[in-house]
Parts: sequence; structure tokens; C-alpha cells
Amino acid sequence: MKITGAKLLRILLERQGIRTIAGIPGGAILPFYDALHQSRIRHILTRHEQGAGFIAQGMARVTGKAAVCLATSGPGATNLLTAIADARLDSVPLVAITGQVSQALIGTDAFQEVDTYGLTLPVTKHNFLVRDPAELLEIVPLAFQLAESGRPGPVAVDVPKDVQNATIDVRDWPEPGGPTPAPACPDALIDELAHRLIAAQRPVLYLGGGVIASGATDLAQALAHRLSAPVVCTLMALGAVPPDDSLFMGMLGMHAAKGTNFLLEEADLLLAIGARFDDRATGKVAEFCPKATIAHIDIDAAEIGKIKPAFHGLVGDAADILRRLLDRLPQQRRPAWRARATELRRTHPLHAPPCADQPLHPVNLCRHLGEILEPDTVLTTDVGQHQMWIAQAYPVRRPRTLLTSGGLGTMGFGLPAAIGAALALRARRSPDDGGSPAEGPALPVRRSLDEGGSPAEGLALPVRRSLDEGGSPAEGLALSPAEGLAEPGPRVVCVSGDGSILMNIQELATLADLGLNVAVLVFNNAQLGLVRQQQELFYGRRYEAAHFASVPDFAALARAFGLRGLRLNPNRDPLGELSAALAAPGPCVIDIPIHELANVYPMVPPGAPNRQMIAEPELASTHA
Amino acid sequence: MLEPTSSPPPSIVTLADQCNVIRDKPSASPTTAAVIELRVRNHPGTMAHVTGLFARRGFNLEAIVCVPVADGATSCMLLLVADEPRLEQVERQLAKLYDVLTIRHRQDLTREFFTRLGPSAQSPTAV
Repeated sequence: MKITGAKLLRILLERQGIRTIAGIPGGAILPFYDALHQSRIRHILTRHEQGAGFIAQGMARVTGKAAVCLATSGPGATNLLTAIADARLDSVPLVAITGQVSQALIGTDAFQEVDTYGLTLPVTKHNFLVRDPAELLEIVPLAFQLAESGRPGPVAVDVPKDVQNATIDVRDWPEPGGPTPAPACPDALIDELAHRLIAAQRPVLYLGGGVIASGATDLAQALAHRLSAPVVCTLMALGAVPPDDSLFMGMLGMHAAKGTNFLLEEADLLLAIGARFDDRATGKVAEFCPKATIAHIDIDAAEIGKIKPAFHGLVGDAADILRRLLDRLPQQRRPAWRARATELRRTHPLHAPPCADQPLHPVNLCRHLGEILEPDTVLTTDVGQHQMWIAQAYPVRRPRTLLTSGGLGTMGFGLPAAIGAALALRARRSPDDGGSPAEGPALPVRRSLDEGGSPAEGLALPVRRSLDEGGSPAEGLALSPAEGLAEPGPRVVCVSGDGSILMNIQELATLADLGLNVAVLVFNNAQLGLVRQQQELFYGRRYEAAHFASVPDFAALARAFGLRGLRLNPNRDPLGELSAALAAPGPCVIDIPIHELANVYPMVPPGAPNRQMIAEPELASTHA
Repeated sequence: MLEPTSSPPPSIVTLADQCNVIRDKPSASPTTAAVIELRVRNHPGTMAHVTGLFARRGFNLEAIVCVPVADGATSCMLLLVADEPRLEQVERQLAKLYDVLTIRHRQDLTREFFTRLGPSAQSPTAV
């Protein structure tokens, strides 16, 4: 079969089970767009390439499978970079495909030429510059394999225009690429860890995003209860343990509940699982868990001992190691330690004024969302105060239901990520031919049409199917916007701030195209709240560039995009109005005025040890 | 800075054909160096992945030699690095690179191996 490189790339993506790609066309990628014209792959046209990158991230974070974003050369590629770097830091599987000027023009400063290979090198797990269409046969499956294997991450594939246009005779199709199993951790190391855990008096489990990536959340909960060990989670691990679990201590670190950080001061053994000792979690590293020896389970060997020496490091898949560890551990009681954890949790609750007095206090808002949203609702955030309030006060009940930019902390993440999540959830409801990428050299027509596709990977989200399940798979492709409106999918909520939302506000147009069931909640204090908070606490209240001189009417802005928009009135049952707005189907933007001086408490000053927490009452007395 | 000011090593040395040696910066303590041998896939970009890793992680890279092996599908890279506690972390990060196939210590090689490849090995060429 003689085909162009562009068509070859398209077929290879179809064979990977890719059904949805987000992107923006441009000169250097037009041959590929032409090849997409007759494809079953549905293209989501965004309004900025960063939006495309985060839509792909939203799909990947919900499904655990690599998703694809697409951009042209030059500014298209540079606009993708932030989303790629974000995926790198949060270990999200992503395949970013960019057009490049023809090879004859590379290095000549041609129109829209930029060194995409060089730019993506430090922010990807691996990157490729394709020099010949035949290389696609190896590179595309390899890109997916690398993105999904071991510690997941982004892979960039830069495809010059002449490679897309060149023809190639393809006889043998490669197997689609998928995750390869991690090497097994030796038994002896697991034996030793089991002995250490049994001998410990005050063990604590410290869970990171790797627990969710590995599908090991049930096993981590079982381990906690087998050991009677309290559990702390990083931001990326929220959802790994139900918030009402008797051993759950919430998020650790800079914005942890006081009792959580105090508990870590007392621990004598800290078992880190899929966590990387980020500075926002550890505070001053030298004083993190001062009494504890550290054991560390991670699939990435370079994480063991990177920040803090671990006496015991186990490299491997968390689910596999925890399963084998549980086989070796008898039930441990530790009543005194459990009681201590309960006491610390009880004596240091999250501070919030009564809901009746201040219904729109951010903590009360987050708690209200926890009451009205279904347990499997996917909630995305942007970055700033609202993100930390959600982390503190919103009960994340299932893995992969809180999507947030943890490592890179990218404002503008929330809206496009919510769109991507909604696309993935809607696809999950639609008919699926059940194909899996490992099936063999199937022809493209047999590939799964469902981006949530392959049978799956221990996701906790229930696979909900529509009643018309009998429909033929072919009907599922290329939903028109009108069809999108007819089946908006489950409610997805993006909690944002008035600073963050404006960083990718243009994607409201993409949301209007798709009619997805995304609700954007703007916690509006007319400022960069976390910047203002830090200037208040650590820079002598010298406010600089923290307040916005003008703030748009977000409800009117939503209507300008063709979406429902409203602003809550603090004096007229705002929480009731919020509930009603979320219950009505379809996309919407809800502007929520919050108190302009509300701060996130407690807070550990950057660089300080975690035991030094600034709490609201202390602040009041300090400034009295 | 306490780096020696007299007779600094040359910053860039280009050798014939298949061998490139680039001195990054002089070592502050010339006695503690280690030599790491990498077997890597031989294609454009591999060198950038390896050197870029050292730059962005703040590791010290004093010298690097790269030569193709056998049919040219792979190359052998010799890295002169500071023998410091972080060396193990350096090796683990290198091992994560897709193009790096194997890593091993070359106890038989010292700094002397690299300095022999310096400008005295051939006469300077006019540019």
C-alpha cells in the first residue's frame, strides 16, 4: 500500500486506539490535517495550542492512557510547551505531535521555524525528530510505549512537512505501543520492608500520584489498615483514600491541617509510595519527619534518595509491591498510635466561619460542592488559593476525580483539562468495540473507537454506559456539535479563580462548540490571591501587582461565548442558586464573589520546616 | 571563586573525525573525578540529551568523548565527572534516558585520559 507519511501517521494513531485529538492547524502540519479529513479520529479545534495540550492532558488524566495533541511548527509548538512541561512534572502520558518546516529548510530561519526538538528536549520524557516516513513505523508505537511505561510522561514527535508529503510503501504494520511491565522488585527487599514495618511503633504512609498512576489505591488503603498506619497524601494523591477513612490525615505540607504535619513530626517510620518529596510537601527537607527513618517505593529509581536519603528503597510498580507486601504482613493493632492520629485530627480542624454567616467563604463553598456533587464527579482546578481550598476542604472520594496542575502549577490548566475530561467521560458512555491495543496487527477499521477505550487499567471511575449500547461502533465517530449538545455527558466541574481563568479563557469557545457538561466556577476576589497572601504574610503587606484594576463581568463574558452565565448574589441564598445552576445540564460559567482578604490557612512559610505553621488565630493576634 | 587562575585548560578542543572532546569547566578539586562509560544509540540528538541533563540538573561535567562503535548503530561516550555524593543520582538520571543503553564505571581511566586528548595531541588549526 503506497501512502503518504501524513496518512501513515494517521493510520498509526488510529491503530493506537486514538479517537480524539485536540489541536490547531497551520502550514507545516497541513498535510496531516488533510489526512485526517477522512479519518474516524475526531479533531477538537481549540483556540490556543496550550488549550489543546491541556485538553489532551484532561483525557489522559481521567483514563490513564496517553492522549494526543497537535500543533504546527514555530508558535504552534512553543504554545504547546507549557502543557508538555506540565505533563512532565505530573507524570501524565501525552504524545505531542508538531509539524516542522521541510528538512531542506531546517536551520535556515524559515517562516515559522523553531527548534522544536531542542525546546521539547528538557520538558519531555523523550522526543523525536522524524527524518523519513519509514521512521514513523517505529517512532509512533515507541512514543506511546514510552509515554505509558514506567513513570508516565510526555513524548514529543516533530514531523517535517516533507516527511508528511513523502510516499512510502507499507507492507508490515507494527504492533501498537503500550505500557511495558516494570521489572519486579526482589523478594528480599520486600521481606526486609515487612520486618521494618512490623517493628515500627509509629508508621505513616505518605502517598503520591504514583499510587493513582499504578492503580494501587485499594492496596494502599488495605496496607494502611493492615498496619494501623495513618495516611498522608500529596496534592496529586488526593482521591487515593476516601476522606472519611479513619486513618486518612489529608494533604501534608505547606497547606496541610496542623495535625497532619504534627503527626509527621512524631512518626518513626515514613513509607513513601509513588511520591517525590516535593518541597511543597516536605517544607525544609532537613527537618522533615525528623524522627523517622524513610522507606520509599517508586517506579522511578532516580527518585529514591533524590531529596532525602532512604534507608530502604524499592524500585517497581507500586501495585505489585504492595500486593506482595500485604502477603507478608499480619494485622497490626497500634491502638495508641491510631488514637494519637485521631486526636490530632480532632484538635486541629480546618477553620471556617459558620456557613449561615458566610456561605461564600471559600472553605464553605468547597464543602458545599462536596455535598452536592456525585462522588465520581471529575473536578479540575486552576492554580492558586482556590486550588488549595479545594485540596483542603473538598472531599475527593475517588482516584482520577481531582485533576490539578501540581508540579508545574500552571494557571490556565483547569478549563481545557475539564473539557478533555468531559470528552473522555462522554466517550466512555458511548459504544465501544472493546478492542485493546495489544490485540495484534489489526487493521485500522477494527480499532477501538473509544478514547477511554481499552479495557481498563483499574480505574475507579465506574464505566457508565448509555442505554443505547447496542449501537454500532461506527456511529460513535465524529459527533457534530449538535450531537454533542444532545449528549453532554456527566457533569464536570472546573474550579478556577479570576486570575487563572483568564489565562485560557478563549477555550470557552471550544466548550461552546462541544456543548459539554462543563461548569466553570470562578472564585472571584479580583486579585492574584495567593500572591497577595504571600505579600501580606512575608513581604510586609507591600502589595505589588496582586490586584486587578478591572475585572470582567464573567457572566456576560460567558454569554458572549454563547454559554450560560450567572453571578451569585451573596445575599440571596447563593449556595442554593449554585446547586440549581450545577443541576441544570449543559456548559455554564458561575461567577462567585468571595471575600477579597480570605487566606489559605494554615500555611508553612516557603523554606520553613513544616511544624512552623501560620494559622488564622495566630495571625490575628500578631497583627492586633 | 577558588578556581585556579593560572594556565586554565582550553575551553574547546576539536579532534579529528569521530572524536569530540569538550571541556566544560575546570574542576575545583582535580583529585576527585570519576569516569563513566555510556553505551548510547548513535543518532543526532543523543549528545544533546546527555549534556542537557547535566546542565539542567546542575551536575558537573568536565569532559566528554564520543566515538561510534562497530557498525555505528551505537556510540561509546566517556564522561569525566566529579566524584561527589550526587554521582549516584547522576547515574540514575542518565539511566532514564531512552538513548542510554548501558552505564558503567571505568575505574581504569583517569583524568589523564582526557588531558592527553588536549591541544598538545595535535597542532592548532587556523580557523
